[in-house]
Amino acid sequence: MSEELHDVRLRVNGATHAIRVPARRLLSDALRHDCGLTGTHVGCEHGVCGACTVLLDGRPVRSCLMLAVSAQDADLTTVEGLTEPDGSLSSVQQAFSDCHGLQCGFCTPGFLTTIAAGLEETPDPTEDEARDMIAGNLCRCTGYQNIVKSVLRAAELTRERS
Amino acid sequence: MTTRLFGTKVPRVEDQRFLRGQGRYVDDVLVGQRVLHAAVLRSPHAHARITDIDVSDVLDLDGVHLVWTHDDLTGPMAEPLPLLIPHPALVHGRTQFALAPEEVNYVGEAIAFVVAEDRYVAEDAVGRIRVSYDYLEPVVGIPAARAARALVHDDVPGNVGARLEQENGDARAAIAAAPHTLSLDLTVERSACQPMEGRGTVARWDPDLGRMTVWTSTQTSTGVRGCVAAKLELDLGQVDVITPDVGGGFGVKINHPWPEELLVPLAARTLGVPVKFTEDRREHFISSAHERGQVHHVEVGFDDDGRVLGLDVEFWHDHGAYTPYGLIVPIITSTQLLGPYKPASYRVVFESLYTNTVIVTPYRGAGRPQGCFVMERTMDAIAAALGKDRTEVRATNFIQPDEFPYDQGLIFQDGRELEYDSGDYPASLEKLKQLVGWDEFPAFRAELAAEGRRVGIGLACYVEGTGVGPYEGAHVHVETSGKVKVATGLTTQGQGHQTAFAQIVADALGVRFEDVEVVTGDTRRMPYAVGTFASRAAVMSGSAIHLAALRAREKALRIAAEALEADEADLEIVDGVVRVKGTESQIDLGTVAVLSNPLRYAFDEASKAATQFSVGDPGKPPVAEGEEPGLEGKDFYSPERSTFASGMHAVIVETDPETAEIRILKYAVVHDCGHLINPMIVEGQIHGGVAQGVGGALYERMVYDEAGQLLNASFMDFLMPYVTEVPRSIEIDHLETPSPLNPLGIKGAGEAGVIPSAAVFAAAIEDAEGLDHPGLAITAMPISPSELFALRHQHSSDPEETA
Amino acid sequence: MKPAPFLYRRPGTLPDALADLAGTPGAKVLAGGQSLVPLLSMRLAAPAMLVDINGLPDLDHVTVSDDGVRVGALARHTDVLADPDAAACQPLLPLALSNVAHATIRNRGTTVGSIVHADAAAEMPVVLALLGGSVTVTSVRGSRTIPAEELFAGPLESTLAGDEIATEAFFPALRPGEGVGFAEIARRHGDYALVGVAGLVRVDGDDAIEARLGFLSVNDVPTVVDVSGLTPDESAEHVLRKLEPADDIHATAAYRAQLVRVLTRRVLAAATEHARGRAS
Repeated sequence: MSEELHDVRLRVNGATHAIRVPARRLLSDALRHDCGLTGTHVGCEHGVCGACTVLLDGRPVRSCLMLAVSAQDADLTTVEGLTEPDGSLSSVQQAFSDCHGLQCGFCTPGFLTTIAAGLEETPDPTEDEARDMIAGNLCRCTGYQNIVKSVLRAAELTRERS
Repeated sequence: MTTRLFGTKVPRVEDQRFLRGQGRYVDDVLVGQRVLHAAVLRSPHAHARITDIDVSDVLDLDGVHLVWTHDDLTGPMAEPLPLLIPHPALVHGRTQFALAPEEVNYVGEAIAFVVAEDRYVAEDAVGRIRVSYDYLEPVVGIPAARAARALVHDDVPGNVGARLEQENGDARAAIAAAPHTLSLDLTVERSACQPMEGRGTVARWDPDLGRMTVWTSTQTSTGVRGCVAAKLELDLGQVDVITPDVGGGFGVKINHPWPEELLVPLAARTLGVPVKFTEDRREHFISSAHERGQVHHVEVGFDDDGRVLGLDVEFWHDHGAYTPYGLIVPIITSTQLLGPYKPASYRVVFESLYTNTVIVTPYRGAGRPQGCFVMERTMDAIAAALGKDRTEVRATNFIQPDEFPYDQGLIFQDGRELEYDSGDYPASLEKLKQLVGWDEFPAFRAELAAEGRRVGIGLACYVEGTGVGPYEGAHVHVETSGKVKVATGLTTQGQGHQTAFAQIVADALGVRFEDVEVVTGDTRRMPYAVGTFASRAAVMSGSAIHLAALRAREKALRIAAEALEADEADLEIVDGVVRVKGTESQIDLGTVAVLSNPLRYAFDEASKAATQFSVGDPGKPPVAEGEEPGLEGKDFYSPERSTFASGMHAVIVETDPETAEIRILKYAVVHDCGHLINPMIVEGQIHGGVAQGVGGALYERMVYDEAGQLLNASFMDFLMPYVTEVPRSIEIDHLETPSPLNPLGIKGAGEAGVIPSAAVFAAAIEDAEGLDHPGLAITAMPISPSELFALRHQHSSDPEETA
Repeated sequence: MKPAPFLYRRPGTLPDALADLAGTPGAKVLAGGQSLVPLLSMRLAAPAMLVDINGLPDLDHVTVSDDGVRVGALARHTDVLADPDAAACQPLLPLALSNVAHATIRNRGTTVGSIVHADAAAEMPVVLALLGGSVTVTSVRGSRTIPAEELFAGPLESTLAGDEIATEAFFPALRPGEGVGFAEIARRHGDYALVGVAGLVRVDGDDAIEARLGFLSVNDVPTVVDVSGLTPDESAEHVLRKLEPADDIHATAAYRAQLVRVLTRRVLAAATEHARGRAS
C-alpha cells in the first residue's frame, strides 16, 4: 500500500529539479532533501520562526507552509541563489559579514531572502523600515541589533555596487 | 609588520559558508546519500505505568525498517542513562531509560523508536503503535512537589532528590541581632533555551573499519563519545563523534546522551545503513530540557547603611522528572547569588525537587539569573526600607577592588573554592550610572509624569564564575604548505570560535590569520576535551590554543635557528616567515615543517627545496631523543579555579497606565570579561543575551496544566522576542579587569547578557508603578501586561483604573 | 511534524475543482495554506484529499466598484493590502490587513481563505461582519451568497457545506459620513491579538449618529455590537455585557475586559475623527 507520487518540476535559483514526491512533502523538505539545497533551514514547521523563508516569484514565503506540489510553475529563490554567479557574496550577504549579523547561522538564510526581496521593494529604508522588514523572523543568537545594521549596510552596498 | 589580531574586530571566517547556505548542520549530513530516518513515540501522559505496547501494525507499513521498545534493548542499552554529575547530596538521583520500560514520568518521555525510509513514514509508523497505560497522579509545580500528596518516584520520599546547605558564618544569629530585618518570597518560572535548531543525531557504522561515526548537535562531542562507546559496548577508540555546525545551544545541548544519541547509532549498526534523527519543534519543547523554575524565601538582616549582616536563603528547585545533570543549576544559584557583594554572613539551603515534567539542565546563566533576581530584589528592598538610593546600598556592600582575591567561603559548581580573582565593582557602577543617566532620572521621570506617562528605572549587578575546568586542550599543526591546522575538542554553536581562536594562533605563532584553520568538536582531531558551557570556551580553549601555539613556535624557532645558523633570540616570525631580525636571512614555516620531519622521499617541491639547508648532525639520530617528527604543538589548560567576570545592567521602562503594556526606553550594559579576543563577537554575545533576557523577563515561560500537559509547546504560544520586542539599541561600556589565572587574561562572556534580566526589569517596572501604586511589589518573573494589571488591581486606590 | 498522507488534485478549472470536492468526502480546499498546512503538519487535521485551487484562473482579482470591493479567492492579503483603489473605497481593509500576521504570511495567505477559516481571533472575518459584507460560494449544486451575519457558525466553523468553495468576498464601500478605525493589542508584534476592535461610525455634522464595533479574540465567533447613541464610556460597558472575554495562558478575562474598554474608546475616537475628517 504505497503513497501516490507526483512528478514535480521545481524551478529553483534558475535551475530545474525534476522530483517525484508524495503530495504531503513540504516544500522545505523537498528543497533540502529532494533537491539537495540544504541552505534553507527548518526551525519550527509552523510558520512562525521564518528560518525556512524562500522567495516565490520574488516574494518571501514560508516554505514549511507550502507543499512541494503547489510550487510547480513558480520561480523559487533560496539562499544559495543569492550568491553571485562567480561565487562572491551579494550585497545582502556581504552586509551581514560586515556587521556581524549572524552567529550560529541557522536563521540567517530566512533573513537573507526576506531582506533581498525587501530591498527590491524599499531600496533606501529608514531604520524603522529596516526593522519592519525583519519583523517576522526569529533569531535567538544576535538579539537583532546587528541584523538591523545589516539591512542598512546592505542598502548602502547595493547603491555602491550599482 | 604584523598587526596584533587579539582585541580586533576580525570578520568571521564561518560567515563565508553560512551566508552562502553552505553550513553543514546535523540534518544536512548525508543528504543525497542513502540514510534512513527515525521517529520516536513519546508519552502523552505526565505520569503513567505502561501496561501494554502493541507494535504489530507497524512493520506492515511500507518503508518501515525497525521498531523498538525497551524489550528490544539488551545489556547497557537496557539500563538507565548515566547520571553525569553525581554529588554526595544527591541521595535520590534518577535517570530515565533510552526507552521507558514501565513507568513514564513526563509528557514527552521516549517509549518506542521507529526507523523508516523517511520521516513522514516514520511518523505514520509511530501513529500506529498502540500503548495502554494506567494513569498515575502527576506532580506538577513546586507547591505540589513540596506538598507531596503524590510522588513522582515511589522510592523518593517527599519528591526531594537532594538537600544541600552551605554556610559562611552564622547568618541566622546575625539576622536575629540585626537592627533591621526583611523577609522576601520570590519566584522565577520555568523557561527554556529554544535554539533555532533543535537536536539531531546521524550515525554510520562502517563494518570494514569497525568504526561508528556519529554526528550530533551537541555541546560536548567527547561526552557523547564516551556514552556511545559504553552503551553500545564498543571501544572508545572505535567511536568518532563529530559536532557539525550547530544552530544554537544555549545550554540545552550539553545534556547527553539523549536517548536518540544512543538509539540512532545502535540502529545504524543493526540495519547496516546510516540513520538520522532530527527532532521537530514540538519534540524540542517536550523532550529536551527546561530550566529556571525556583521558589525562594529570603531573610536578611542589615544595618542603617544597608550593609548586609546576615543573609539566609532557602529555596526549592524544580528539576523535572529526572536528574541526569545532577545539582549543577541549584549549586550555581546558591553560590552566585552572592554577586559582587560580601554579606557578613550567608546561609543558603535548597531542596531539589522532582516533578512530572521535562528534565531540567542548564540554560544560559544556569541558575545565576535566579540567584541574581533574589539578591537584587533584596538590595532593592533594603534600599526602599531605608529610603536610600539603590546604587548607594549596593556600593556599600561591594567587595572592594583591593580585596581580591576574595574568598566567599563556599564551594562552587566545580567542586572548588568560590574565590573571586579580580574585578572592580565600584568602577562598573560609576560607568553604569553615567551610561543610563541614573542621577538625571528623577528629572526625566517628573518631565514624563507631567505628560501622564509612567517611567521607571532599575539596575542589577551580577558576578559570573566562568572558565570552569577540568581542562581543555589544543593541537596546532603547521603543515608543509604553511597552513596551520588547529584543533580543540570543545564545540561551537555560533560563538565564532573558528575566528577568535585563529586570531590567537595568528598572534602567538606569527602567521597570517588566513592561513589558520580551526576545527572544534571533532574527537578524531582532539579526543581530550570537556565541552562548551559555563562561558568557558574562550578561557579554556583560548588559553590551551595559545599555549599550544607557543609550543609550536618554540619548536619552529629551534629548527629554524639551526637551519639559518642563527641564535633563537635573534629570530622573529612574521606572516609565517621566520626571519633573522634586520636581515634577509629567512625560512618560511612550511619549510620548517618539512625539516621537522626527516624524510627519505621528496614527494613535492617543498621537500625538494629543503635540501638547500643542512639540518641535523650526521652523528646523531634524525629524530632526537625526546623529540617527535612534525611541526606541532599540543598543550592543555587546566585552571585552579574559575575566573570571575561581572557586569551591571540598567533599564528604563515605560508602563501604560491603561493597558499595562511595558515598553523599553533605554537599556544599558557595563560588563567586564577581562581582555577581549574579538570585541565584535563579545558585543554580539551581549546583544543576544540581552534579547534572551528580555524574553525571559517579559515573555517566555513554560505553562503546564495540572495534568502535566505543556500548554504552550510551540512558537505560537511560547513567546520568543522578534526585533520588535527588544530594545532599539543597547548602550554598552566595557571594563577590563584581566584574569590573573590564564595567560591571555580573559574571562567568559557568553552568558552575561541574560543573567540580570529578571532582576533589572522587575526593579524598573516596580519603580514605574511606585507613584501610582505604592506597595506594588514584583516578586515573580516573568511578568506580562496581564499580570501587571492584576498586581495594580491588588494595590489600587483608583477604582476607575481597575474597574 | 509531517502531515499524514492525503490524495491531491490540482484542477485547472473551477468545475473540475468542484467535482473533485464533491467526489471525495472529507476533501478540503487548499488556497493560501497558511492556516491549513500547520494543522496538517501537527496532524490536527487529516483530510482524505486536498484540492489545490492555486491553479484556477481569474480568482486573484481585487475589483473595486461604487458599491464596494470584491476580493477573489486567490487574492493574497499582500495584494489586497497594497491595492490603492481598494484602500480608497474601504479604508478599513488596509487598517485591518496590516495587522494580519507578518508580511511573509500575507504574501501567501488569502483574504477569502482567512474569512472562511472562521477564526474568531483573525482580523478579516470580523471586518467582513462589521461592514455587512458577504461571501459567494459555489459547488456542483450551484452558487449562493452568504451574508456575513450567517457565515460564522462557531469556533473555526463556517456555514459552508463540505463541497462548497468560496470564490469571492464582498466588502461594502465606506459611505459618505462614515469613518473607520482599527486597533489590536497582541503580546508580540504580529501575534494573534489578545483583543482587537474594528469600528465603523457615521456622523451627521459633528455628531456620531451610528456606531458599530466588531471584536476579535473576545468571543468564539466574530462579534459585532451596535453602540449607536452611547458615549465612549457607555459603549465600553455596553460591549462588555455582550462579550465573554476568556482566560487563557496569555491573559486573564479581567485584563481582556480592560483591553476591550480601552480599545473601544480608542477605536470609537479614531473612527469618529475619520468620519468627521471625510465629511468636511
